[in-house]
Amino acid sequence: VVWFAVIALALYAARWERPRWSVAHGYRLIIGGGVVLPMVVLAALLAYGLPAIGRLSPPPQEDAVQVAVAGEQWWWRVSYSTPAGAVELANELRLPLGQRTDITLTSDNVIHAFWVPSLAGKVDLVPGRRTRISLEPSRTGTFGGVCAEYCGTAHALMGFRVVVMPAEAFAEWLAAQARAASEPATTDAMRGRTLFAKNGCPACHVIRGADPGGRIGPDLTHVGGRSLLAGVLPNRSDTMVQWLSAPHRVKPGARMPPFGMLPAADLRALAAYVSGLQ
Amino acid sequence: MTPESRAQSERLLRAWALPTGWRYFSAVNNTVVGLWYTAVTLLFFLFGGVLALLMRLQLSQPANDLLSADRYNQVFTLHGSVMMFLFAIPIFESVSIMFLPQMIGARELPFPRLSAFGFWAFVIGGTFLCGSIFFDAAPQGGWFMYPPLTSKYQPGIGADIWLLGFSFVEVAAIAAAVELIVGVLKCRPPGMRLNLVPLYAWYVLVAAFMVLFAFPPLIAGTILLELERAFGWPFFDPAGGGDPLLWQHLFWIFGHPEVYIIFLPSVALVAMIVPTFARRPIVGYSWVVLSAIGTGFLSFGLWVHHMFTTGLPGITLAIFSSASMAVAIPTGVQLFCFLATALAGTVTRSVPMLYVIGGLSTFVIGGLTGVMVAMAPFNFQAHDTFFVVAHLHTVLIGGAVFPLLAGLYYYFPLVNGKHLSPALGRVSFWLVFAGFNLTFMPMHALGMLGMPRRVFTYQAGTGLETLNFVATVGAFILAAGFAVVTWDVLRPKGRQPLAARNPWNAGTLEWLQEMPGQPWGVRSIPEIDSRYPLWDQPDIIRDHDEGRFYLPDAEEGRREMLITSTVDATPLQCMRIPGPTYLTLVAAICVGGIFIFPTYKMYWLMAVSAALALAVIVVWLWTGTAEIPEKPDKDVGLGLTLPLYASGQESVGWWAMFITMTGVFTAFVSLVFGYFFYWSLRDDFPPVPAPGPGWQSPVAAAALVGTAWLLTGLARRWNSMDRPRRYYLALLAALVTASLGMAALVAGPWGTGLNPSRGVYAATVWVLVLWTVLHVAIGVVMLGYCIARRVAGRMTARHDIDIRNVVLYWHFTGVTTLMTVAVIAGFPLAG
Repeated sequence: VVWFAVIALALYAARWERPRWSVAHGYRLIIGGGVVLPMVVLAALLAYGLPAIGRLSPPPQEDAVQVAVAGEQWWWRVSYSTPAGAVELANELRLPLGQRTDITLTSDNVIHAFWVPSLAGKVDLVPGRRTRISLEPSRTGTFGGVCAEYCGTAHALMGFRVVVMPAEAFAEWLAAQARAASEPATTDAMRGRTLFAKNGCPACHVIRGADPGGRIGPDLTHVGGRSLLAGVLPNRSDTMVQWLSAPHRVKPGARMPPFGMLPAADLRALAAYVSGLQ
Repeated sequence: MTPESRAQSERLLRAWALPTGWRYFSAVNNTVVGLWYTAVTLLFFLFGGVLALLMRLQLSQPANDLLSADRYNQVFTLHGSVMMFLFAIPIFESVSIMFLPQMIGARELPFPRLSAFGFWAFVIGGTFLCGSIFFDAAPQGGWFMYPPLTSKYQPGIGADIWLLGFSFVEVAAIAAAVELIVGVLKCRPPGMRLNLVPLYAWYVLVAAFMVLFAFPPLIAGTILLELERAFGWPFFDPAGGGDPLLWQHLFWIFGHPEVYIIFLPSVALVAMIVPTFARRPIVGYSWVVLSAIGTGFLSFGLWVHHMFTTGLPGITLAIFSSASMAVAIPTGVQLFCFLATALAGTVTRSVPMLYVIGGLSTFVIGGLTGVMVAMAPFNFQAHDTFFVVAHLHTVLIGGAVFPLLAGLYYYFPLVNGKHLSPALGRVSFWLVFAGFNLTFMPMHALGMLGMPRRVFTYQAGTGLETLNFVATVGAFILAAGFAVVTWDVLRPKGRQPLAARNPWNAGTLEWLQEMPGQPWGVRSIPEIDSRYPLWDQPDIIRDHDEGRFYLPDAEEGRREMLITSTVDATPLQCMRIPGPTYLTLVAAICVGGIFIFPTYKMYWLMAVSAALALAVIVVWLWTGTAEIPEKPDKDVGLGLTLPLYASGQESVGWWAMFITMTGVFTAFVSLVFGYFFYWSLRDDFPPVPAPGPGWQSPVAAAALVGTAWLLTGLARRWNSMDRPRRYYLALLAALVTASLGMAALVAGPWGTGLNPSRGVYAATVWVLVLWTVLHVAIGVVMLGYCIARRVAGRMTARHDIDIRNVVLYWHFTGVTTLMTVAVIAGFPLAG
């Protein structure tokens, strides 16, 4: 509206045949349009907007679900603390419907920003600091999330999913996540488990119940049950092969070494094993 | 024209003539240096535009592989940096160097060689930066360069190129700012009191002061980041006690005013164009001036709105949210002043006005989305998305590029006496306008749909494809518009007739110029009693041409200009300024070495460059400044006799020193801010008990440097009393005490074994100490220079510019030393 008024006035001013305004009129326009109008509009906006700031970061709540999210280059380390121990997953966050979830955000590398456009505004993850965001989703569904602060080569591919589920389903899911990894179901997958250990995968990856492993890469205990692979691909065993053989093709700069030199059958076996970890 | 007048103008032309042949590039005349400067700036603009097209091509399709991720990241980093540092800021300085003297009826800017030096520094630095992309070595940390990404996580030389290259360009920008400030304050024509100054000059004054206070914090931040990269001093690394947010504060204390540094001078062009085409003086002159100054001040209080999502406390958000909105008021006032002027006059249609209206309408949209993102709650959603990309381009293109194009069409006749084509102008306008809207309007929507900034690709099936494709098409239409403008500027105009003198019937002084212009700037310096002298002073063009005003002649074959008082513009001095030289180019090359060699860790070559730079600058000062005239004063015309020499507060050199040192001091204060930032953030800063530097050595250093400071002041007095022996003794003693003072300063942290790479406390102490030592060392060189000047007879009891300026320098250095000592030695005791 303001824009139309100003433009209309400007076009009017540019027209030939029109009476000239007096200078006194000019001053009235300057004071009215330049001082009074913005003051009134801005005061109204502030009165409306400032109270909302407080609502965005309410004080921590005891009974809220606690989640820690850490930004990595270029994926999200998500951990829930449960009575059965810590549950760690990657690029996926599940929230109970209608319940407060308090998320603490940290990073031990570069600055990232946690953003789920459909659920809330963004908050930065700043190395050396601890930031928070509280979510209280009011509908179920799957929502896309991204990193909103430029964080290096594959910043654009640092996606994740937020799944909002009914409270009981959430509790069940969390309990399932807390369990150790399932045993391989097929012979192919059995072979995959051997290959996993043989090719040095546990140096970076934990599979609870199978390999103690390192913490450089994501925890793979239930990787097959996640909706995204590496934050970008749909999670299937064929995309898993694609990822294993050339991670940098999917996500430039990814730290995971390529395993494309393995025979195709080995890759399939590995994928069968990993994707089978539901 | 009388024979006498003709003889005068021949002598004048000889004095001001441009060098020819291979010496052409040694010219220092503001008209040519300004022209080169503007041309190079526009080249960088086109380069930045090509980078933008590459980005749009990459994003036209989802999962496109035209550019690799790293390459894209280099491209967007360079696009932002080039547009900001090599186009938007320098274009205001280069255009001002070219036209400001004419607007205020001056022959030149007060330090022509400094402008030439700034230009060469800009060319070298800019080429170094832009060239890096052809070697796949360009910076890729974003134009905001947030550590730790740019400290530990990008090991190549790209980030160093950014840090050092842009510091070099920033030095050039500050040099130009100093020159423009002194130009507006001291070089106006007699009678042009402050309330008659053309609006452009007011805006330039405000913007130049903003450069002076905004760039130093960035330079301070850059020094810290480069020290961290090169030597591991952990200013921004939490592992060593540092904090990444300090960079964000220092960067945005620069970065937000920077937007207004870009915007205000472009509005200044509008403020010159609108009255001309409305055929009446501006309505609300003092409102415009006051709101320009108000915008300048307010803009330094907004920086935190770039950091709303870093988890700051709510009250901080509320304060900065309100302050960010408040800036809408002075901006609105300026806008309505232009509207009122147009309404109170009769508007003539023309290409410049077309661009002005296009810019205005675009800028208003940008302003409104600006108010939206200033609201903290909205900001949490829109921050770092394409919405902000759209917002900032709307503000900058609407607020700066459109007015600049208006200015290009308006002022082009002053460049070579020919008009640009109105037909091509209309074509380019509609292409630019349509292309712009098609490119950036969809981006608002993209941001709201959740597309973050700085992404080299996006996934198919996310609903972003169509809008991105449209934006790419728009970008090419926009580019076509710029291609038309480029053609219009470059096309041969040999047969086209010269433009009429004052072709737009403007009222301001720059249109006194003959078509085409002469190297002398103005034929004679007019006496002014109106804001629009060409409208209100009927015979001014004739009197100017016939040399009836001041300084119509160059009897001694020297370049001369008038220096007037700051407020009332009463004539004070007839100043002689130096002519063509290659010293400026050589100096720029040597100073460039100081910045470019450390990029490749060639520190000994850097030291060689520094020594050479010092030598060249001394030669330049020795031969080109503070010259003792052959006679004390001179008849400048209209029965007025003015002195040829002035020192202290009456000399422009003193003003330049004062203004420069204000900027240098701002950088120092930014470093001190860093110390207290860590103190407020960390319980163990400074550690208890402090491991160093103790109080003994620093206090001794303060006493020694303080003595040197005092002795320099005494030397100045003894020189005025013409007691050379005391003068020399005082300076020698100052030299010795200052040198001992430097040793004592270093001895503090050295003796207590503070290791700057161990922790942020030691690093902060060291950086303050080294900063101070560097400035004392420069002060020592200056003391030696003053001794030599008097020995060589280039300085006398009355002709004492050198020692007076050096005393002024020492005032700042003395205060710097005392503050450093108070902070590093006193604060741990108090804590």
